[in-house]
Amino acid sequence: MLEKAFYGDKKYWSWVIFLLVLIGIGSGAYIYQLKHGLMVTGMGRDVSWGFYIAQFTYFVGVAASAVMLVMPLYLHNYKKFESMVTLGEFMAVAAVIICLGFIIVDLGQPQRLFNVLLHPTPHSILFYDMIVLNGYLLINILVAWNNLHAEYKRAPHPKWVKPLVYLSIPWAFSIHTVTAFLYQGLPARHYWLTAIMAARFLASAFCSGPAILILLCLILKKVAKYDPGKEAIQTLAKIITYAMIANVFFFFLEVFTAFYSNIPAHKATLIYLFKGLQGHGALVGWMWIMAISAIISLIILIPPKFRNNQELLVVALILLILATWIDKGLGLVVGGFIPNPFDHVTEYAPTIYELLIAMMVYSIGLLVLTVLWKVTVAVKREIGAIPK
Amino acid sequence: MDNKRRNLLKAMAISAALGLTGIPVEAKASYLPEVGKYLKSKKEPRAKQWGMVIDTRKFKTKEDFERVIEACNRAHNIPEGIPNKKQEIKWIFEEDFLGAFPNQENPFLAERFENREVLVLCNHCEHPPCVRVCPTKATFKRPDGIVMMDFHRCIGCRYCMAACPYGSRSFNFRDPAPFVKHKNPDFPTRMRGVVEKCLFCYERLKLGEMPACVEASNGAIIFGDLMDPNSEIRKVLRENYTIRRKVELGTEPCVYYII
Amino acid sequence: MYDKEKIIPGLVIFFFLLTFPFWYNLGQASYEPPKPQLPTKEKECVEGLEWMRANHMELLNAWRNEVVRKDYAYYRNEKGKVYLMSLQRTCMKCHTSREKFCKRCHDKFGVRPYCWDCHIAPEEVSNGQ
Repeated sequence: MLEKAFYGDKKYWSWVIFLLVLIGIGSGAYIYQLKHGLMVTGMGRDVSWGFYIAQFTYFVGVAASAVMLVMPLYLHNYKKFESMVTLGEFMAVAAVIICLGFIIVDLGQPQRLFNVLLHPTPHSILFYDMIVLNGYLLINILVAWNNLHAEYKRAPHPKWVKPLVYLSIPWAFSIHTVTAFLYQGLPARHYWLTAIMAARFLASAFCSGPAILILLCLILKKVAKYDPGKEAIQTLAKIITYAMIANVFFFFLEVFTAFYSNIPAHKATLIYLFKGLQGHGALVGWMWIMAISAIISLIILIPPKFRNNQELLVVALILLILATWIDKGLGLVVGGFIPNPFDHVTEYAPTIYELLIAMMVYSIGLLVLTVLWKVTVAVKREIGAIPK
Repeated sequence: MDNKRRNLLKAMAISAALGLTGIPVEAKASYLPEVGKYLKSKKEPRAKQWGMVIDTRKFKTKEDFERVIEACNRAHNIPEGIPNKKQEIKWIFEEDFLGAFPNQENPFLAERFENREVLVLCNHCEHPPCVRVCPTKATFKRPDGIVMMDFHRCIGCRYCMAACPYGSRSFNFRDPAPFVKHKNPDFPTRMRGVVEKCLFCYERLKLGEMPACVEASNGAIIFGDLMDPNSEIRKVLRENYTIRRKVELGTEPCVYYII
Repeated sequence: MYDKEKIIPGLVIFFFLLTFPFWYNLGQASYEPPKPQLPTKEKECVEGLEWMRANHMELLNAWRNEVVRKDYAYYRNEKGKVYLMSLQRTCMKCHTSREKFCKRCHDKFGVRPYCWDCHIAPEEVSNGQ
C-alpha cells in the first residue's frame, strides 16, 4: 500500500519537496546544535526546559485525541466516524513521531538515549512516558495499517486488531496522564504542583487534537476531494466544544485557588504570565491573546447555529488551537520555571535555532502525515468508499 | 503461502530465537575483566548520611564567601566566565537571604541579613526529588547519603533540574573546557550536555580529606555524619538553632544554617 | 538483458566502490605497527601487556563503574599490587602523554574514545592555562 504515496500530482509533489526543503534547513540548524551544544537555545540554568519540551507536551495531547474518534465508533457504534478514524489514527502516529523528535532534539547527550532502556528506572515518570508513548505509536500503526490493508483487500477487519483497538482507548488517556505526571509530581514548581494538571491536559488534548484533525480534514477535502462527511465533522465539533468548556473551566479553577487562597507561591506564576513580575512580562501579551481567543472560540462553538456553519467553525477552531497552543506550548513549561527557586525572574525566549529545529521536527511529522494520508485516500478511493 | 515456505520460515524463526538466547550470556562474560579485585578506601570515613552546617554568622566579608567558592571551583574545574550568564555553572554560590529562604518572608528582616548573602549548594536531601525523577539513575543516592552524579550515564534530559527545589543544579549548555581557568589534574572536567552539581567532594572523602569548601571556610562550615550522635556536627546542631531550606517540601535537606 | 545501458555501468560503479579500500592505498607505505612511547618510571602496568592491549577499555569501564557508582577506591591485580582506580591520577602518572601514548595507537586504528572530552590529559596541565 505504501507505493501509493509515490503516485501524486504536481501539487502533492510540490508539497512533499517543500517539506523536504524545510527538513533540510532545520537539519542544518540541528547539526549546528549538535556541534555547539544546547547553548544555541534560549534555555538556561533557571528555565531549563523551553520550546522543545513545550511542543512535546502539546503534541502528546494531539496524539491522544485519536481516542475521541475511536471511542464513539467502537464503543458506541457511531458509524459516521468510520471515514475519519483511520485519518485520526494516522494523525496520532505523526503526532507521536513529532513528540519523540522533540525529546531527541532537547537532549544534551542524544547518543546516550539508549540508557533509558538499558537502565530501567521504575520510580521515574520519564521511564513510563517512554513506554506509553512508544506503545501508543506501535498500537496506532498496527491498528490503522492493518484495518486499512484489510479494507484494501475488500476483507473484514482482522479479528486480532479489535483487542488492540480497545487497548488504545485507555492507553490514549494514559499517555497524556503520564505526561501530566511528569509535571504535577515535582515539589519544586508550584505552578505545576496541582492535581488538576492531568485533567487539564486531557481536556486541552481532547479539544485541540480533534480541532487540528478537522482543519486537516477540511484541507484534505480541498486538495484530495476526500469528504469525511458533514455529520462526522459536526459531531466531532460537539465533542470539541465540551472539551474546550472543561479546559477553560479547569483553568478558572486554577485561577480561583491561586487568588482566593492568596498564597504568594501559588499566585506568582499567574501574576507573571498575565501581569508581569519584578519588571518582567514577556508573555503577558501572549496570555491575553490566549484568553481572548479561548473566549471567542467558545462564543462561536457553543451555539449550534454558529458551530454548524463551516466558515465560522474554521475560525473558532483556529482560535482554539491558538489558545491551547499558547497555554500548553508557551505558558505551561516556561511558567513553571518562573519565578525560579530563589524567587527571582529569569525570562526565556526561543532562539532562531530552536525555531528552525522545531520547524524540522514539525516538517518530519507533516511528511509522515502526508504519506500516510495519501495512502489512506488512495485506498479509500480505490475501494469506492469516497462519496464523490 | 506455500506450506514448505511457511515451514522453512518457522524453522528459521525458532532457531534464531534459540540462537539469540545465547548472546547475553556470552556478552556478559567477556565484558567484565576476570582479573583483579576491588577494594574500598580505608582512609574514607564511614557515614550513614553526610551533612553540613553553615554558620552564616561567620560569613561577614566578601572575602569569606569568595575563598570558599574559589576553593570548590578550583578543585573541580568549574568553568568561569561563560558569556551567557543565564547558562553559568555553579556548584556553591551566594544568594540573598530571602532568595535562599523564600518561606521566611519577613517585612522587618533583621538588619544583619538585609544586605548579606547566604551560601547555597546542593542539600543532598534524604528524599531527593532529583533522584526520584532521573530516568537513567545517572543521579542516585549513595549509601553514605551523598546524592551522586554519574556523568557517563547522564543523557542531559534536565528532568533533575526541573525537580530540584533549590536551584542547585547546572547544565553544560556548551563545552566547558575553554572556560576552565586552572585545570586541576586530579579531577576531570565535564563535557557539554550533562548536568552537574556539588558532590560533597566524594573524591576527597575517599582519601580521608574534608570537602574543599569546608577546609577553606576556616571553621565556618562543619561537615560530618548526621546519623552519628557523637559527631561534631551533631554537637553543633544540639547547641545552635538551625534552619533548612524549604523544609515544607518533605525533601529533608542535609545542609543546616545557623542564623 | 533488459536495460543493459543502465545495468552494466551500474555494476561497474558498484565494483569500483566495493573494491575502493583495496586499491586506494596501493603504492603507499606498508603497514607499520604503532609505536606508543612507553613509560620510563615503571616497568609493569596494572595488568600484563597483551591483556591490557585487548582489555584496557573494559578495565577502564569497570573502574569507572566501581568508583562512581559503588564507591570503591583501589584495585588489586593478580600479583597483589594495589592501584588507585583513576585515569588521571594512576594511568596518566606513568603514561604521561596522551599524544605520545594513547593517540599513537588510537589514531592508527581510527578509534576516537571520548575520555578526553572530560578527563584532562597531562599535556593540558603542563601546557599551562
